[in-house]
Amino acid sequence: MSIATLFEIVLAAVVLGLAIWTITVSETYSAAVGFVAYGLLVALIWVRLDAVDVAMTEAAIGGGLGGIVLLGAAARLRESEAMTAERPGRVVRLCAAALSASIAMVLAVAVLILPDPAPTLAPTVISNAGATGLANPVTNVLMAFRAMDTMLEKVVLMLAIVGVWSLASDQAWGGRPGPRHEADPNGVLAFLARLTPPAGIVIGIYLLWTGADHPGGAFQGGAVLASMWLLVIMAGLADTPPVSSRSLRLILVAGPGVFLVVGLGGLCFGPAFLAYPVAFAKPLILGIEVAMTLTIAATLALLLAGAPERSATR
Amino acid sequence: MSIARDIMTIVGVSAGVFFFLAGTIGLLRFPDTLTRLHALTKADNLGLGLVVLGLLPQAGSVRDGLKLISIWMFALLAGATVSQLIARTARQRGPFT
Repeated sequence: MSIATLFEIVLAAVVLGLAIWTITVSETYSAAVGFVAYGLLVALIWVRLDAVDVAMTEAAIGGGLGGIVLLGAAARLRESEAMTAERPGRVVRLCAAALSASIAMVLAVAVLILPDPAPTLAPTVISNAGATGLANPVTNVLMAFRAMDTMLEKVVLMLAIVGVWSLASDQAWGGRPGPRHEADPNGVLAFLARLTPPAGIVIGIYLLWTGADHPGGAFQGGAVLASMWLLVIMAGLADTPPVSSRSLRLILVAGPGVFLVVGLGGLCFGPAFLAYPVAFAKPLILGIEVAMTLTIAATLALLLAGAPERSATR
Repeated sequence: MSIARDIMTIVGVSAGVFFFLAGTIGLLRFPDTLTRLHALTKADNLGLGLVVLGLLPQAGSVRDGLKLISIWMFALLAGATVSQLIARTARQRGPFT
Protein backbone atom coordinates (compact mmCIF):
# COMPACT_ATOMS: atom_id res chain seq x y z
CA MET A 1 0.00 0.00 0.00
CA SER A 2 1.47 3.35 -1.02
CA ILE A 3 1.64 6.35 1.30
CA ALA A 4 -0.93 8.15 -0.90
CA THR A 5 -3.49 5.35 -0.42
CA LEU A 6 -2.85 5.29 3.31
CA PHE A 7 -3.34 9.06 3.47
CA GLU A 8 -6.60 8.77 1.54
CA ILE A 9 -7.92 6.06 3.86
CA VAL A 10 -7.06 8.15 6.94
CA LEU A 11 -8.63 11.26 5.35
CA ALA A 12 -11.85 9.41 4.52
CA ALA A 13 -12.03 7.94 8.03
CA VAL A 14 -11.50 11.36 9.65
CA VAL A 15 -14.16 12.96 7.41
CA LEU A 16 -16.66 10.20 8.24
CA GLY A 17 -15.89 10.45 11.96
CA LEU A 18 -16.22 14.22 11.90
CA ALA A 19 -19.54 13.96 10.03
CA ILE A 20 -20.93 11.56 12.65
CA TRP A 21 -19.65 13.81 15.47
CA THR A 22 -21.26 16.87 13.85
CA ILE A 23 -24.62 15.06 13.76
CA THR A 24 -24.49 13.59 17.26
CA VAL A 25 -23.01 16.52 19.23
CA SER A 26 -25.75 18.21 21.24
CA GLU A 27 -24.63 21.88 21.18
CA THR A 28 -25.51 23.81 18.01
CA TYR A 29 -22.31 25.87 18.28
CA SER A 30 -20.10 22.74 18.38
CA ALA A 31 -21.99 21.28 15.42
CA ALA A 32 -21.33 24.47 13.42
CA VAL A 33 -17.60 24.33 14.24
CA GLY A 34 -17.56 20.64 13.27
CA PHE A 35 -19.23 21.50 9.97
CA VAL A 36 -16.55 24.10 9.15
CA ALA A 37 -13.77 21.55 9.79
CA TYR A 38 -15.73 19.00 7.76
CA GLY A 39 -15.96 21.43 4.82
CA LEU A 40 -12.20 22.08 4.85
CA LEU A 41 -11.41 18.33 4.94
CA VAL A 42 -13.89 17.62 2.12
CA ALA A 43 -12.01 20.28 0.12
CA LEU A 44 -8.84 18.20 0.66
CA ILE A 45 -10.67 15.15 -0.73
CA TRP A 46 -11.61 17.15 -3.84
CA VAL A 47 -7.91 18.07 -4.25
CA ARG A 48 -7.01 14.36 -4.06
CA LEU A 49 -9.60 13.74 -6.82
CA ASP A 50 -7.85 16.41 -8.98
CA ALA A 51 -10.98 18.59 -8.82
CA VAL A 52 -9.23 21.78 -7.70
CA ASP A 53 -12.08 24.05 -8.88
CA VAL A 54 -14.56 22.17 -6.70
CA ALA A 55 -12.08 22.13 -3.80
CA MET A 56 -11.73 25.92 -3.88
CA THR A 57 -15.50 26.41 -3.95
CA GLU A 58 -16.03 23.89 -1.14
CA ALA A 59 -13.40 25.56 1.05
CA ALA A 60 -14.82 29.04 0.39
CA ILE A 61 -18.53 28.19 0.64
CA GLY A 62 -18.75 25.00 2.74
CA GLY A 63 -15.95 25.87 5.12
CA GLY A 64 -15.91 29.67 5.05
CA LEU A 65 -19.10 31.56 4.25
CA GLY A 66 -21.46 28.67 5.09
CA GLY A 67 -19.65 28.26 8.39
CA ILE A 68 -20.14 31.95 9.29
CA VAL A 69 -23.87 31.71 8.49
CA LEU A 70 -24.19 28.65 10.75
CA LEU A 71 -22.12 30.22 13.56
CA GLY A 72 -24.29 33.35 13.38
CA ALA A 73 -27.43 31.21 13.56
CA ALA A 74 -25.99 29.26 16.51
CA ALA A 75 -25.24 32.51 18.35
CA ARG A 76 -28.83 33.70 17.81
CA LEU A 77 -30.28 30.35 18.90
CA ARG A 78 -28.12 30.08 22.03
CA GLU A 79 -30.61 31.77 24.38
CA SER A 80 -33.78 30.12 23.11
CA GLU A 81 -32.00 26.75 22.99
CA ALA A 82 -31.23 26.80 26.71
CA MET A 83 -34.92 27.34 27.52
CA THR A 84 -36.45 24.65 25.31
CA ALA A 85 -35.40 21.38 26.88
CA GLU A 86 -37.93 19.26 25.02
CA ARG A 87 -36.61 16.75 22.51
CA PRO A 88 -38.52 15.03 19.69
CA GLY A 89 -40.16 11.75 20.69
CA ARG A 90 -38.68 8.31 20.10
CA VAL A 91 -40.99 7.56 17.14
CA VAL A 92 -40.04 10.80 15.35
CA ARG A 93 -36.35 10.14 15.88
CA LEU A 94 -36.62 6.53 14.68
CA CYS A 95 -38.52 7.66 11.57
CA ALA A 96 -35.88 10.32 10.84
CA ALA A 97 -33.09 7.76 11.30
CA ALA A 98 -34.84 5.25 9.00
CA LEU A 99 -35.43 7.92 6.34
CA SER A 100 -31.79 9.11 6.45
CA ALA A 101 -30.46 5.56 6.36
CA SER A 102 -32.61 4.63 3.35
CA ILE A 103 -31.53 7.77 1.44
CA ALA A 104 -27.89 6.94 2.18
CA MET A 105 -28.49 3.36 1.04
CA VAL A 106 -30.15 4.43 -2.25
CA LEU A 107 -27.23 6.81 -2.94
CA ALA A 108 -24.69 4.08 -2.16
CA VAL A 109 -26.45 1.58 -4.44
CA ALA A 110 -26.70 4.18 -7.22
CA VAL A 111 -22.93 4.78 -7.02
CA LEU A 112 -22.06 1.08 -6.77
CA ILE A 113 -24.12 -0.09 -9.77
CA LEU A 114 -22.53 2.47 -12.12
CA PRO A 115 -20.91 0.66 -15.08
CA ASP A 116 -17.12 0.49 -14.97
CA PRO A 117 -15.69 2.61 -16.58
CA ALA A 118 -18.37 5.12 -15.63
CA PRO A 119 -20.10 6.95 -18.51
CA THR A 120 -18.27 10.21 -19.14
CA LEU A 121 -18.42 13.19 -21.44
CA ALA A 122 -14.90 14.31 -20.48
CA PRO A 123 -13.25 13.34 -23.83
CA THR A 124 -15.95 15.26 -25.73
CA VAL A 125 -15.36 18.31 -23.51
CA ILE A 126 -11.59 18.15 -24.07
CA SER A 127 -11.91 17.69 -27.85
CA ASN A 128 -14.29 20.68 -28.15
CA ALA A 129 -12.22 22.99 -25.94
CA GLY A 130 -11.07 24.96 -28.99
CA ALA A 131 -14.60 26.19 -29.68
CA THR A 132 -14.47 28.76 -26.86
CA GLY A 133 -10.80 29.69 -26.63
CA LEU A 134 -10.67 28.62 -22.95
CA ALA A 135 -8.29 25.94 -21.74
CA ASN A 136 -9.92 25.09 -18.37
CA PRO A 137 -12.44 22.30 -19.06
CA VAL A 138 -14.46 23.18 -15.93
CA THR A 139 -14.96 26.76 -17.12
CA ASN A 140 -15.86 25.43 -20.57
CA VAL A 141 -18.61 23.24 -19.10
CA LEU A 142 -19.87 25.94 -16.72
CA MET A 143 -19.84 28.84 -19.17
CA ALA A 144 -20.47 27.21 -22.56
CA PHE A 145 -21.53 23.56 -22.74
CA ARG A 146 -23.87 23.68 -19.72
CA ALA A 147 -24.25 27.46 -19.45
CA MET A 148 -27.99 27.08 -18.82
CA ASP A 149 -27.30 25.38 -15.46
CA THR A 150 -24.93 28.15 -14.40
CA MET A 151 -27.48 30.80 -15.34
CA LEU A 152 -30.20 29.12 -13.31
CA GLU A 153 -27.76 28.79 -10.40
CA LYS A 154 -27.36 32.58 -10.41
CA VAL A 155 -31.15 32.94 -10.40
CA VAL A 156 -31.22 30.65 -7.34
CA LEU A 157 -28.69 32.95 -5.61
CA MET A 158 -31.01 35.88 -6.31
CA LEU A 159 -33.98 33.96 -4.89
CA ALA A 160 -31.92 33.22 -1.79
CA ILE A 161 -31.28 36.91 -1.15
CA VAL A 162 -34.99 37.64 -1.70
CA GLY A 163 -35.73 34.95 0.89
CA VAL A 164 -33.35 36.48 3.44
CA TRP A 165 -34.65 40.01 2.88
CA SER A 166 -38.26 38.87 3.23
CA LEU A 167 -37.52 38.14 6.92
CA ALA A 168 -37.30 41.90 7.55
CA SER A 169 -39.96 43.58 9.67
CA ASP A 170 -42.16 46.19 7.96
CA GLN A 171 -40.47 49.12 9.72
CA ALA A 172 -36.98 47.98 8.73
CA TRP A 173 -37.84 47.37 5.07
CA GLY A 174 -35.52 49.33 2.78
CA GLY A 175 -33.00 49.72 5.60
CA ARG A 176 -29.51 48.37 6.15
CA PRO A 177 -28.99 44.63 6.73
CA GLY A 178 -27.41 43.32 9.91
CA PRO A 179 -26.22 45.10 13.05
CA ARG A 180 -23.90 48.13 12.91
CA HIS A 181 -20.46 46.78 13.72
CA GLU A 182 -18.48 48.92 16.13
CA ALA A 183 -14.78 48.23 16.45
CA ASP A 184 -11.83 50.20 17.80
CA PRO A 185 -10.73 52.31 14.78
CA ASN A 186 -7.11 51.90 15.93
CA GLY A 187 -7.49 48.21 16.83
CA VAL A 188 -6.08 45.11 15.18
CA LEU A 189 -9.29 44.25 13.31
CA ALA A 190 -9.47 47.69 11.68
CA PHE A 191 -5.76 47.35 10.84
CA LEU A 192 -6.36 44.00 9.15
CA ALA A 193 -9.39 45.41 7.34
CA ARG A 194 -7.23 48.23 5.95
CA LEU A 195 -4.24 46.05 5.06
CA THR A 196 -5.85 42.98 3.46
CA PRO A 197 -8.49 44.26 0.97
CA PRO A 198 -6.04 45.77 -1.58
CA ALA A 199 -4.29 42.39 -1.87
CA GLY A 200 -7.57 40.47 -1.54
CA ILE A 201 -9.21 42.39 -4.39
CA VAL A 202 -6.23 41.66 -6.64
CA ILE A 203 -6.43 37.95 -5.69
CA GLY A 204 -10.18 37.90 -6.40
CA ILE A 205 -9.71 39.44 -9.86
CA TYR A 206 -6.76 37.10 -10.50
CA LEU A 207 -8.92 34.05 -9.64
CA LEU A 208 -11.60 35.27 -12.08
CA TRP A 209 -9.06 35.94 -14.85
CA THR A 210 -7.04 32.75 -14.42
CA GLY A 211 -10.27 30.69 -14.49
CA ALA A 212 -10.03 30.70 -18.30
CA ASP A 213 -7.01 28.39 -18.29
CA HIS A 214 -6.48 27.22 -14.68
CA PRO A 215 -8.64 26.34 -11.68
CA GLY A 216 -10.59 29.42 -10.63
CA GLY A 217 -13.46 31.46 -11.99
CA ALA A 218 -16.35 33.71 -11.11
CA PHE A 219 -17.52 31.86 -7.99
CA GLN A 220 -14.08 31.56 -6.36
CA GLY A 221 -13.14 35.15 -7.24
CA GLY A 222 -16.53 36.40 -6.06
CA ALA A 223 -16.16 34.56 -2.75
CA VAL A 224 -12.79 36.26 -2.10
CA LEU A 225 -14.22 39.69 -2.97
CA ALA A 226 -17.23 39.03 -0.70
CA SER A 227 -14.98 38.12 2.24
CA MET A 228 -12.96 41.33 1.75
CA TRP A 229 -16.15 43.41 1.79
CA LEU A 230 -17.38 41.58 4.91
CA LEU A 231 -14.04 42.20 6.64
CA VAL A 232 -14.38 45.95 6.06
CA ILE A 233 -18.01 45.84 7.29
CA MET A 234 -17.18 43.81 10.41
CA ALA A 235 -14.32 46.16 11.30
CA GLY A 236 -16.83 49.03 11.27
CA LEU A 237 -14.98 50.87 8.48
CA ALA A 238 -17.99 50.70 6.14
CA ASP A 239 -21.69 50.05 6.57
CA THR A 240 -23.91 47.66 4.65
CA PRO A 241 -25.83 49.47 1.89
CA PRO A 242 -29.59 49.95 2.37
CA VAL A 243 -31.51 47.29 0.46
CA SER A 244 -33.55 50.00 -1.25
CA SER A 245 -30.38 51.25 -2.99
CA ARG A 246 -30.87 51.11 -6.75
CA SER A 247 -27.20 50.54 -7.59
CA LEU A 248 -27.06 47.61 -5.16
CA ARG A 249 -30.08 46.01 -6.79
CA LEU A 250 -28.55 46.54 -10.24
CA ILE A 251 -25.41 44.69 -9.13
CA LEU A 252 -27.53 41.85 -7.70
CA VAL A 253 -29.31 41.27 -11.03
CA ALA A 254 -26.28 42.02 -13.26
CA GLY A 255 -25.04 38.40 -13.44
CA PRO A 256 -28.27 36.62 -14.39
CA GLY A 257 -29.32 39.69 -16.42
CA VAL A 258 -26.24 39.76 -18.68
CA PHE A 259 -26.47 35.97 -18.98
CA LEU A 260 -30.11 36.22 -20.08
CA VAL A 261 -29.40 39.01 -22.61
CA VAL A 262 -26.54 37.01 -24.18
CA GLY A 263 -28.75 33.90 -24.18
CA LEU A 264 -31.62 35.70 -25.92
CA GLY A 265 -29.12 37.19 -28.37
CA GLY A 266 -28.14 33.63 -29.27
CA LEU A 267 -31.82 32.81 -29.82
CA CYS A 268 -32.46 35.89 -32.03
CA PHE A 269 -29.27 35.94 -34.11
CA GLY A 270 -27.94 32.41 -33.72
CA PRO A 271 -29.11 28.80 -33.67
CA ALA A 272 -30.17 28.41 -30.04
CA PHE A 273 -30.56 29.98 -26.59
CA LEU A 274 -27.08 30.76 -25.16
CA ALA A 275 -25.37 29.85 -28.46
CA TYR A 276 -22.27 32.06 -28.65
CA PRO A 277 -20.97 33.08 -32.10
CA VAL A 278 -17.57 31.35 -32.27
CA ALA A 279 -15.67 34.56 -33.10
CA PHE A 280 -16.98 36.35 -29.98
CA ALA A 281 -17.20 33.36 -27.62
CA LYS A 282 -14.35 34.39 -25.35
CA PRO A 283 -15.25 38.11 -24.97
CA LEU A 284 -18.90 37.19 -24.37
CA ILE A 285 -17.98 34.58 -21.72
CA LEU A 286 -15.60 37.05 -20.08
CA GLY A 287 -18.32 39.73 -19.99
CA ILE A 288 -20.77 37.33 -18.36
CA GLU A 289 -18.11 36.21 -15.87
CA VAL A 290 -17.27 39.78 -14.81
CA ALA A 291 -20.96 40.57 -14.22
CA MET A 292 -21.40 37.26 -12.40
CA THR A 293 -18.39 37.88 -10.14
CA LEU A 294 -19.86 41.21 -9.01
CA THR A 295 -23.27 39.61 -8.43
CA ILE A 296 -21.80 36.64 -6.54
CA ALA A 297 -19.63 38.87 -4.33
CA ALA A 298 -22.57 41.15 -3.45
CA THR A 299 -25.01 38.26 -2.95
CA LEU A 300 -22.72 36.17 -0.73
CA ALA A 301 -21.82 39.16 1.45
CA LEU A 302 -25.46 40.22 1.81
CA LEU A 303 -26.60 36.65 2.56
CA LEU A 304 -24.22 36.78 5.52
CA ALA A 305 -25.22 40.29 6.55
CA GLY A 306 -28.81 39.07 6.99
CA ALA A 307 -32.20 40.73 6.81
CA PRO A 308 -32.61 44.54 6.89
CA GLU A 309 -33.03 45.59 10.53
CA ARG A 310 -32.07 49.29 10.74
CA SER A 311 -33.50 52.30 8.94
CA ALA A 312 -31.30 53.65 6.14
CA THR A 313 -30.71 57.02 7.81
CA ARG A 314 -28.93 55.73 10.91
CA MET B 1 21.20 18.84 -7.04
CA SER B 2 17.82 17.16 -6.86
CA ILE B 3 18.91 15.06 -3.85
CA ALA B 4 19.99 18.21 -2.00
CA ARG B 5 16.61 19.79 -2.78
CA ASP B 6 14.73 16.71 -1.61
CA ILE B 7 16.70 16.68 1.66
CA MET B 8 15.83 20.36 2.21
CA THR B 9 12.17 19.51 1.64
CA ILE B 10 12.21 16.53 3.99
CA VAL B 11 13.96 18.50 6.74
CA GLY B 12 11.74 21.57 6.36
CA VAL B 13 8.42 19.75 6.17
CA SER B 14 9.35 17.39 9.02
CA ALA B 15 10.27 20.34 11.24
CA GLY B 16 6.98 22.01 10.28
CA VAL B 17 5.02 18.86 11.10
CA PHE B 18 6.77 18.72 14.48
CA PHE B 19 5.57 22.23 15.32
CA PHE B 20 2.03 21.41 14.18
CA LEU B 21 2.07 18.29 16.37
CA ALA B 22 3.44 20.22 19.37
CA GLY B 23 0.91 23.00 18.78
CA THR B 24 -1.98 20.52 18.61
CA ILE B 25 -0.88 18.76 21.81
CA GLY B 26 -0.61 22.17 23.50
CA LEU B 27 -4.06 23.14 22.25
CA LEU B 28 -5.52 19.99 23.77
CA ARG B 29 -3.52 19.92 27.01
CA PHE B 30 -2.98 23.54 28.12
CA PRO B 31 -5.30 24.77 30.87
CA ASP B 32 -6.65 28.15 29.69
CA THR B 33 -7.42 30.25 26.61
CA LEU B 34 -4.22 32.34 26.58
CA THR B 35 -1.81 29.39 26.87
CA ARG B 36 -3.81 27.47 24.27
CA LEU B 37 -3.53 30.45 21.90
CA HIS B 38 0.21 30.51 22.57
CA ALA B 39 0.45 26.86 21.47
CA LEU B 40 -1.78 27.39 18.45
CA THR B 41 0.16 30.35 17.07
CA LYS B 42 3.39 28.33 17.15
CA ALA B 43 1.75 25.82 14.79
CA ASP B 44 0.35 28.54 12.53
CA ASN B 45 3.44 30.74 12.31
CA LEU B 46 6.43 28.40 12.61
CA GLY B 47 4.82 25.16 11.45
CA LEU B 48 3.34 26.59 8.27
CA GLY B 49 6.48 28.69 7.69
CA LEU B 50 8.75 25.64 7.87
CA VAL B 51 6.41 23.62 5.61
CA VAL B 52 6.48 26.47 3.07
CA LEU B 53 10.28 26.71 3.40
CA GLY B 54 10.49 22.97 2.78
CA LEU B 55 8.22 23.18 -0.28
CA LEU B 56 10.12 26.10 -1.87
CA PRO B 57 12.83 23.88 -3.46
CA GLN B 58 10.03 21.89 -5.16
CA ALA B 59 8.33 25.00 -6.64
CA GLY B 60 8.38 24.91 -10.43
CA SER B 61 9.10 28.60 -10.88
CA VAL B 62 9.86 31.80 -8.98
CA ARG B 63 6.18 32.72 -9.36
CA ASP B 64 5.02 29.55 -7.62
CA GLY B 65 7.54 30.16 -4.83
CA LEU B 66 6.29 33.72 -4.34
CA LYS B 67 2.71 32.39 -4.17
CA LEU B 68 3.72 29.95 -1.43
CA ILE B 69 5.45 32.70 0.56
CA SER B 70 2.47 35.04 0.19
CA ILE B 71 0.15 32.30 1.50
CA TRP B 72 2.36 32.08 4.59
CA MET B 73 2.35 35.87 4.95
CA PHE B 74 -1.47 35.99 4.83
CA ALA B 75 -1.69 33.16 7.37
CA LEU B 76 0.70 35.09 9.66
CA LEU B 77 -1.37 38.25 9.35
CA ALA B 78 -4.71 36.50 9.91
CA GLY B 79 -3.37 34.31 12.72
CA ALA B 80 -1.85 37.23 14.62
CA THR B 81 -5.06 39.30 14.28
CA VAL B 82 -7.41 36.50 15.26
CA SER B 83 -5.38 35.47 18.30
CA GLN B 84 -5.28 39.13 19.45
CA LEU B 85 -9.08 39.33 19.13
CA ILE B 86 -9.64 36.01 20.95
CA ALA B 87 -7.21 36.94 23.71
CA ARG B 88 -8.88 40.33 24.22
CA THR B 89 -12.34 38.75 24.42
CA ALA B 90 -11.05 36.12 26.85
CA ARG B 91 -9.58 38.85 29.08
CA GLN B 92 -12.76 40.91 29.08
CA ARG B 93 -14.87 37.88 29.98
CA GLY B 94 -12.85 37.61 33.21
CA PRO B 95 -11.54 34.40 34.79
CA PHE B 96 -10.03 32.12 32.19
CA THR B 97 -11.61 28.74 31.69
